[in-house]
Amino acid sequence: MTTVYALAYLLAAVLFILGLKQLSSPRTARNGNYTAAAGMVIALGATLPQLHFTGAGGIIVLIGVIVGAGVGTFGARQVKMTAIPQMVALFNGAGGGAAALVAVSELIKFGSHPPINEALPSVFSIVIGSVSFSGSLIAFAKLQELMTGTPITYPGQQLVNGLIAAAIIGFVIAVLAIASIPFSFLSLMVLALILGVAFVLPIGGADMPVVISLLNAFTGLAVAASGFLLNNFALIVAGTLVGASGSLLTKLMSDAMGRSLGNVLFGAFGQVRATAGAAAGKEGRSVRTSSIEDLATLLAYSRRVIIVPGYGLAVAQAQHAVRELADLLEKKGVEVNYAIHPVAGRMPGHMNVLLAEANVPYEQLKEMDEINDDFKDADVVLVVGANDVVNPAARNTPGSPIYGMPILNADQAKNIVFLKRSMRPGFAGIDNDLLYDPKTIMLFGDAKDSLTKLVNAVKAA
Amino acid sequence: MTNELLNEFTFFVLAVFVGIEVISKVPTMLHTPLMSGTNAIHGIILVGALLIAAGANSPVTVILGFLAVVLATTNVVGGFVVTDRMLEMFKGRQAAKAPEPATKSK
Repeated sequence: MTTVYALAYLLAAVLFILGLKQLSSPRTARNGNYTAAAGMVIALGATLPQLHFTGAGGIIVLIGVIVGAGVGTFGARQVKMTAIPQMVALFNGAGGGAAALVAVSELIKFGSHPPINEALPSVFSIVIGSVSFSGSLIAFAKLQELMTGTPITYPGQQLVNGLIAAAIIGFVIAVLAIASIPFSFLSLMVLALILGVAFVLPIGGADMPVVISLLNAFTGLAVAASGFLLNNFALIVAGTLVGASGSLLTKLMSDAMGRSLGNVLFGAFGQVRATAGAAAGKEGRSVRTSSIEDLATLLAYSRRVIIVPGYGLAVAQAQHAVRELADLLEKKGVEVNYAIHPVAGRMPGHMNVLLAEANVPYEQLKEMDEINDDFKDADVVLVVGANDVVNPAARNTPGSPIYGMPILNADQAKNIVFLKRSMRPGFAGIDNDLLYDPKTIMLFGDAKDSLTKLVNAVKAA
Repeated sequence: MTNELLNEFTFFVLAVFVGIEVISKVPTMLHTPLMSGTNAIHGIILVGALLIAAGANSPVTVILGFLAVVLATTNVVGGFVVTDRMLEMFKGRQAAKAPEPATKSK
C-alpha cells in the first residue's frame, strides 16, 4: 500500500513540475495553475488514508480545513487586483508559519533527545519558516500602508540584528547538542520571528516584491526541510522546487530593477537618511500647469503618444478611463502605445495584469527595451500615476537610491504630461527633476478624474 | 548516512536543478503570477500539517496542529484561487494577438 502512496506523491511532483513549466509562458499559464492544483489534490488524496486519528485529531483537521479554505477563498476572491502583492505575502506567510508549527509539533513528539536527522531539519524549518511568517506580515503591512513604506533604520541596527542572529545560532546548538526541550525550541521560534521583522523593516516599500519572492523561496525550503523530517517525498520535491525557482525568480526581479539582490536587501543599512538633505534643497522650484482644454488639443493633434502607466493609475482604478482616452486618440489618427516598465505597479508583471483587466490590446503594450528608442520621436508622453520609473536621477545622480535602475526615456519626448495627485515623491521617496523640466506639464488631481475630463475635452477638440 | 536519507538527499539535489531549469526563461510580465503559483505549491505543507494534527494527543499539540492546518489550508486554497484570478486576466490576449502581424507589415 505504501507503494501506491509513493507513486501518488511521484505523480503529484511531476504535475508540479509540468505546472511550473506551463506557468512560465503566457499562453499556457492558466492551465499550468490547474495542473499544479491537480497535483495538490492527488498529494492530499494520498495523504488522507494515511491519517491515524486520535481523540481530537479528526475534529481539528475538519474544522481547520474548513476555516482555512474559507479564509483563503474569501481573501483570494475579495482582494483587489492592485493589492495582489500583499495578498501573496499573506498566503506565503501562512505557509511559512505552518511549516514552523509542523516542526515544533514533531520535536515535542520526539522528546528531549531526537536523532540528529530529525532534529536538524526541524530547527531549519522552525527558523526559516518563522522568518518567512513574520517577514511576510511586515511586507504586507508596508504594502497595505498600515506602516510607513520608507526603510526603517536606526543607529546600531546591524549590531542588534547580529545579536539576534547569534542568539538563534546559540539556541540551534542548544536544541541539537544539549536538549530539545520546549523552552529551547520555542525560544528559537520567537527569536526567528523577531529576526523576520528586523530583516524586513529596513527595506523600502518599493522593494517589497523582491522580499516577498525571497520569503516565498524561504517557505519552499522550510517545507522541503519538513519533508526530510516527515520522510515525505512530495514535501521534499515540491518545497525544493519552490525554493530553487523562487530564488531564481528573486534574482530575475532584482535584475529587472537594475540592482543586485544584496543591494535590495541590505542597501538601507548604514545610510541613515543620506538622501534627505539633497531632496530638501529642491523645494521652491516651480512647475508648469495647464488647462484641460490645452492638454486635450496637444494630445489630439499629436502624431505619437506614449502612455506610461504607474501604480497611481491602478489605485485610482483609472485603467478603463486611460483605455477610453487611448481609443479616442487612435480614432483621431494618433498612434498610441503603452510603455511598461518592468517594475510598473508593485511587482514585475503587475501592470500587465491590471491593463489586461481593462482589455487594453496586447500589441499596444510595449516593454521597456522595445520602446525606449521611440520616446525621442513621441510628441507627448502621458505619465499616469508613475514617478520613479521615469526619474532621470536613476541615470544622472550617483548618490540616489534608484541610481542604476533602468528607466523609461520619457525625458526625451517633445512634451511630458504628468497626471499626479500632488508633488509628493514616488514610492522610493525621492524627488523627480523631470517634474520641473520646462517641457513638462503637470495636471494635478485624481487620475481617473483627470482622464475623464481629458476624454471629454478631446471629444470636443 | 542511512539509505533513506541518501535517497531523500538525491531527490533534493535533483529538484534544485529542475526548479531552476523550468523557470529560467520566464518573461517579466509573468513574474507576479509565477510567484503566486509557486506560493500555492509550497502549500503542500498541508500534507505535513494533516499528519501531525491527526495524531495530536495533548492540548499543546492539538492547538499547534489546528493552527498548522488552518495556515496551510489558507496557503493552498488562497494561493491557487488568487493565481487563477490573475491569469484569467490574460485570456483576452490570445484573441488580441491575431492582428499583430498586420500592424507589423505596414
